[in-house]
Amino acid sequence: MVNTLLFISAIIILLAILLTFYRFIKGPTAPDRLVAFDVMTVSSLALIGLIAKFSSRIIYLDVAIVYGLLSFLGVIIVSRYFERGL
Amino acid sequence: MKIKNIAAIFLILLSIWILLNSQFQIEVMIIGVILSFVISIIMGSRITVFNELKFSFGSVFYTIWYLFVFLAELVKSNLDVARRVLTPSLPINPGIIKTKTVLKSKMGRMILANSITLTPGTLTVDIEDDILYIHCIDVCCEDIDKATAAIVDKFEKILVKIYG
Amino acid sequence: MGNILEIIGAVLVLLGSVFLFLGALGLVRMPDLYNRIQAGTKASTLGTFLTLFGLLLIIPEWWGKLVLLMTFILITNPVSSHVLARAAHYIKIPLTDKTVADLLNKEETTYKVNEEIKNE
Repeated sequence: MVNTLLFISAIIILLAILLTFYRFIKGPTAPDRLVAFDVMTVSSLALIGLIAKFSSRIIYLDVAIVYGLLSFLGVIIVSRYFERGL
Repeated sequence: MKIKNIAAIFLILLSIWILLNSQFQIEVMIIGVILSFVISIIMGSRITVFNELKFSFGSVFYTIWYLFVFLAELVKSNLDVARRVLTPSLPINPGIIKTKTVLKSKMGRMILANSITLTPGTLTVDIEDDILYIHCIDVCCEDIDKATAAIVDKFEKILVKIYG
Repeated sequence: MGNILEIIGAVLVLLGSVFLFLGALGLVRMPDLYNRIQAGTKASTLGTFLTLFGLLLIIPEWWGKLVLLMTFILITNPVSSHVLARAAHYIKIPLTDKTVADLLNKEETTYKVNEEIKNE
């Protein structure tokens, strides 16, 4: 029961990441792609959490923490670059 | 003044250490305390954001109360955005408007701007002294006083009690 | 008792994934960048928050790292969306035709901030 529900949620999150990937490829301007990248990484944090539950390894959550940190820094740095303030 | 700053950085670092390890063995705790102490002494004179914090019973109580208000607004904002996305005609009425805040401290303004970003249909675009420029998904009014009453006030009246 | 908590947690995970999906849908459907930021970042914040909270109910032993991740997302996500919106307005990404008002005067605000950066 619980595992089925979690599996369905993982598939829904995967579909969401695919939708954001569409915006990532199409997005008319560079900031559009950056927004898509931001949403994509934050969604994959949830997916990494679910994968950690499926394989019951807490070490994957460390991966999620570092991934979130890198994505946040990446978005900030690219935004500063757009503003010519880097 | 400086002691308060160092204490705030020390407490934040120590709580991150405890959360990362999530165990309370004596060796782990000793290493965490030593590391956080050294880092907070080194960084204490450079990070000045925490100078405005007030440690008192009232501020702790209002911080927790604020967290609940904030989470309720977060859920409301998501239902609002979900309703707009699912409606086929896409009912949006966007625009950038001005609002005003009475908060003086940097920390208070930062928390206010972040809360506004996560509440129904609003996004802080820029801050210039006490003027907040807010992008609304559904513009209610272009007048600065009415917009302040509609968007900023519900957070501000709690944040004023914490950050004065 | 543990079983009921697990089921509540699984329902919360499902709810969070639905919010993530709606945010992605908003990202695709909205007409301009600012509305995309609104739809995308808000929904992804609550969606990830709910998913991790559901996992916390299912596996309480992982509380430390899950709480750290949830706080981290709650703090950093609005910051990154604000910085992005500011940068986009600075490089004059156009607003959609439906826009009612744009009261942000670029010459007054953003250039001043950049002068401050140069002086440092």
